Amino acid sequence: MARTAVLRRLSWTVAEVVDRIDETPRVRSLTLDVPDWPGHLPGHHIDVRVTAEDGYQAGRQYSIATPADGSRVTITVERLDDGEVSPYLTEVLEVGDGIELRGPIGGYFVWEPSRGGPLLLVAGGSGIAPIMAMLRARLQAGIDVPIRMLLSWRSGEDVIYADELNATARDAAGIEITHTFTRSAPDGWTGRTGRLDRHALAELAWAPSERPLAYVCGPTGLVEAVASTLVELGHDPARVLTERFGPTGG
Amino acid sequence: MTDATHVDGNALGGLLIEVFGREMTDARGCCASCGTVNPLGAMRVYRSAGDVMRCPTCGNVTIVTLVIRERTRVHLGGVRWIEPDA
Repeated sequence: MARTAVLRRLSWTVAEVVDRIDETPRVRSLTLDVPDWPGHLPGHHIDVRVTAEDGYQAGRQYSIATPADGSRVTITVERLDDGEVSPYLTEVLEVGDGIELRGPIGGYFVWEPSRGGPLLLVAGGSGIAPIMAMLRARLQAGIDVPIRMLLSWRSGEDVIYADELNATARDAAGIEITHTFTRSAPDGWTGRTGRLDRHALAELAWAPSERPLAYVCGPTGLVEAVASTLVELGHDPARVLTERFGPTGG
Repeated sequence: MTDATHVDGNALGGLLIEVFGREMTDARGCCASCGTVNPLGAMRVYRSAGDVMRCPTCGNVTIVTLVIRERTRVHLGGVRWIEPDA
């Protein structure tokens, strides 16, 4: 689809919020119904724009967390207390409200089943959104591209899509999901803690000889560290794709 | 974790479509300083009143975008060439 949408205008449009889901105390997913939505690929994002009464505008990018689904698009937003846009999206917007956006946008950090695998999907915090669209698309397509997913969270209460991830890890063949907690692990956690450092990536990522396609999304520090370590371990830099969302994320 | 504040070229995808009329994050850009070729989506972007795109390899400023009173200007002084995906 990215290739067919070559020459185009990107217009702002008003979408309607049709569903809200509280994922964690600080993260909310919003499902939007977008008029004339052309469809999208996993990894695509939208630009969201909010306008104050005095005309001041602030824009942000949000990755789409769901595979193509008609006119429906779901974004997952982390509330930053000093943010200009995320508090509005997570605390003010209600079902039935309108929100101004444009998209889909992206062509670099996208995956579709024809790109194959194996896939290494790495995310920090709400950087999981585009990664989740890829995982969901793979499950929906019913194909057997193997996936290893490495997810870094600060604490147990920060885990987004927890039930869905647990069910997928339990039921889906060829998909391995590893969580790590960098500040505090949930009570009784016997799994991994600490950052996705060289030791962790050497153990958990595919061997470079398997030529995985790696997608890494999250706070800039995590993305820089993981991407450069993967290259040091021998992975092809052209197959390590990155999306950084800044110092804190969301 | 480092306190890195930059994002990357993905964040400018919408603005670049406005200007070029097509998806540009998968376009390749050749740094005019070191000659390395990277997708624009993989370039570092420092956001301020304008957005400053830098080569991820050498840090050279490749592309600067400015939006002033609804006009968008793209400075291309730091790229030798850019090549949209086929």
